[in-house]
Amino acid sequence: MLSIKNLHASIGGKEILKGINLEIKAGEVHAIMGPNGSGKSTLSAVLAGKEDYDVTEGEVIFNGKNLLELSPEDRAREGIFLAFQYPVEIPGVSNVNFLKTAINEIRAYKGLEPMAAKDFLARLKEKQKLVELDGKLANRSVNEGFSGGEKKRNEIFQMAMLEPKLAILDETDSGLDIDALRIVADGVNKLKSNDNATVVITHYQRLLDYIIPDVVHVLYNGKIVKTGPKELALELEEKGYDFIKAEAAV
Amino acid sequence: MANEILSEKINEEYKYGFVTNIEADNAPKGLNEDIIRFISKKKNEPEWMLEYRLKAFRYWITLEEPHWAHVSYQKPDFHDIIYYSAPKPKVSLNSLDEVDPELLKTFEKLGISIEEQKRLSGVESRIAVDIVMDSVSVKTTFKETLSEKGIIFCSFGEAVQEHPELVKKYMNSVVPYTDNFYAALNSAVFTDGSFCYIPKGVRCPMELSTYFRINSAGTGQFERTLLIADEDSYVSYLEGCTAPMRDENQLHAAVVELVAHKNAEIKYSTVQNWYPGNKEGIGGIFNFVTKRGICLEDNSKISWTQVETGSAVTWKYPSVILKGDNSVGEFYSVAVTNNYQQADTGTKMMHLGKNTRSTIISKGISAGFSNNSYRGLVRIAKGAKNARNFSQCDSLLMGDKCGAHTFPYIEIKDKTAVVEHEATTSKIGEDQLFYCKSRGIDNEKAIGLIVNGYCKEVLNKLPMEFAVEAQKLLAVSLEGSVG
Repeated sequence: MLSIKNLHASIGGKEILKGINLEIKAGEVHAIMGPNGSGKSTLSAVLAGKEDYDVTEGEVIFNGKNLLELSPEDRAREGIFLAFQYPVEIPGVSNVNFLKTAINEIRAYKGLEPMAAKDFLARLKEKQKLVELDGKLANRSVNEGFSGGEKKRNEIFQMAMLEPKLAILDETDSGLDIDALRIVADGVNKLKSNDNATVVITHYQRLLDYIIPDVVHVLYNGKIVKTGPKELALELEEKGYDFIKAEAAV
Repeated sequence: MANEILSEKINEEYKYGFVTNIEADNAPKGLNEDIIRFISKKKNEPEWMLEYRLKAFRYWITLEEPHWAHVSYQKPDFHDIIYYSAPKPKVSLNSLDEVDPELLKTFEKLGISIEEQKRLSGVESRIAVDIVMDSVSVKTTFKETLSEKGIIFCSFGEAVQEHPELVKKYMNSVVPYTDNFYAALNSAVFTDGSFCYIPKGVRCPMELSTYFRINSAGTGQFERTLLIADEDSYVSYLEGCTAPMRDENQLHAAVVELVAHKNAEIKYSTVQNWYPGNKEGIGGIFNFVTKRGICLEDNSKISWTQVETGSAVTWKYPSVILKGDNSVGEFYSVAVTNNYQQADTGTKMMHLGKNTRSTIISKGISAGFSNNSYRGLVRIAKGAKNARNFSQCDSLLMGDKCGAHTFPYIEIKDKTAVVEHEATTSKIGEDQLFYCKSRGIDNEKAIGLIVNGYCKEVLNKLPMEFAVEAQKLLAVSLEGSVG
């Protein structure tokens, strides 16, 4: 589904990603872990198409298409979804209106008619239930006045509504209490299928107690320095990132 | 990045920029007492009206153009303007069939097919339209339906002929000709406009609407609107404005007067889309307008809602004099400026009566190289016990070449007053745009969403028919303004 080869990216002339290689297949869950400043958020931003970053080398192929040539909105329409670490507030625009616009833009890109109001409402209800989102939140302005936990839950709700092929969760666990963490993780697990894939970017092992990854990668200093099974996450939790840093230094 | 795209942005072509090829009956250019006599004669006016015009003109020549607004422009040459231009051949008001087909086409282009209006006449939600092109009112719809309720809705000229007692009583009572430079000019040379009277206890069953259009080259448009809501009545009034694209600046100097009697309510909505000039700032309408309403008696209410996207220069402060006790004044405004547009707009709330309340919600949006100013006055007179005002002035900036300014004036002469003022300035966030894009929504649609969200409080106040138009207008006016 996603194939990243020797990806280099920089911001303001400073190189952050220094040759990332990653293969993700449909049906898989990948965890990307790493200490602060290792390039985790940069990787997710580059995949989503944030213009502040310059890709200097490498290629990213998503379902046969050169992802780097696509605009951010076209990447989304092709099925990439980024759950933001810091979801943005859009005052005065209701969640429902926002999602309806997004769904219909994605449908238009695929040559489909706008979704019928009845079908949209049905999907809204179904997915609200799935992520245990309070019905009131759906009618409120996008993320405006939401608590940290509500914002994260709203990201997963949007993901559920848009039904992406590849979801990238950027530190979705940060700022969540244990209950909210469980709800978010449940949502992700329920949305998992053989046709889609998930990348979970996180600092801590904690989220991985709930979302069980197939593969764990350790990102350090702009490179993936270690890849292993889910037990690698536990090892990191136990030993800290120092042993990775030590290994990388050798 | 944003700047790059900003600099190469191309403004959406002004959709209403067509010229209708209708022969016009023009006055010679220039302004003197003879021209005023000419206009008055053309309109077959009674002596008292001519006297009023001349009085206003004699006062006007003693005045200097005002310069206090935060706008700069080439002063109009008042002797290079045609003050009277009527579409020819003369239009009959009795039957649609007699209307020049070219004119009907114009209305269709404006999106207000009269045919449509006619067909809708059996439907619940209806709008009665008065259309003022250049200087003359050419068609008022639904007049008969309205007159059954005793409602008078006609052109100003007609009102002078048929309801002189009402015109005499109320004209000049809210905006005297001595009020300001442009009010004096308007009083001297106004050629038409709309007149509306809602009798006691009547709730006007439909939206009343006037479409103003400047068509002929070199003309100014000076219309007057006078709207009276008698005791216990209610009316919702809409006003729309467009003009063709021309490279010279055209002057629009209107006067609007509203009078609300005891327990009456007037809701006045404007969607102003005069030609704003091209993207280099050439051409466009100078919109210098005096709009004021008076809550004359107790428990009356006047509400102004405006969506301003057009004009090269706007100078406009719809105001309310809260004279009656417990009266309410409201001002909801969205003002958009793009390219080289300049707007200095706001309101005045004059609290005279006891327990009077006013609300001001102003949303300014600046893009391109434009300048957008809010100027507002809240005055609480001595003896206006327990007056309340809440003002909120928000500015949204797009790009880094535009300006947003706020000039709030507050004068309080009574200790019991409670006045609140809130102001915010924000930039349309790259973060917000990227967030929308990451959900599959492209730049233009995202700006439309964000801006409409930002203006929601105001747009919600517009009648349904106008709200949809206003939303589209906002998106079009700002197209290409953020990279």
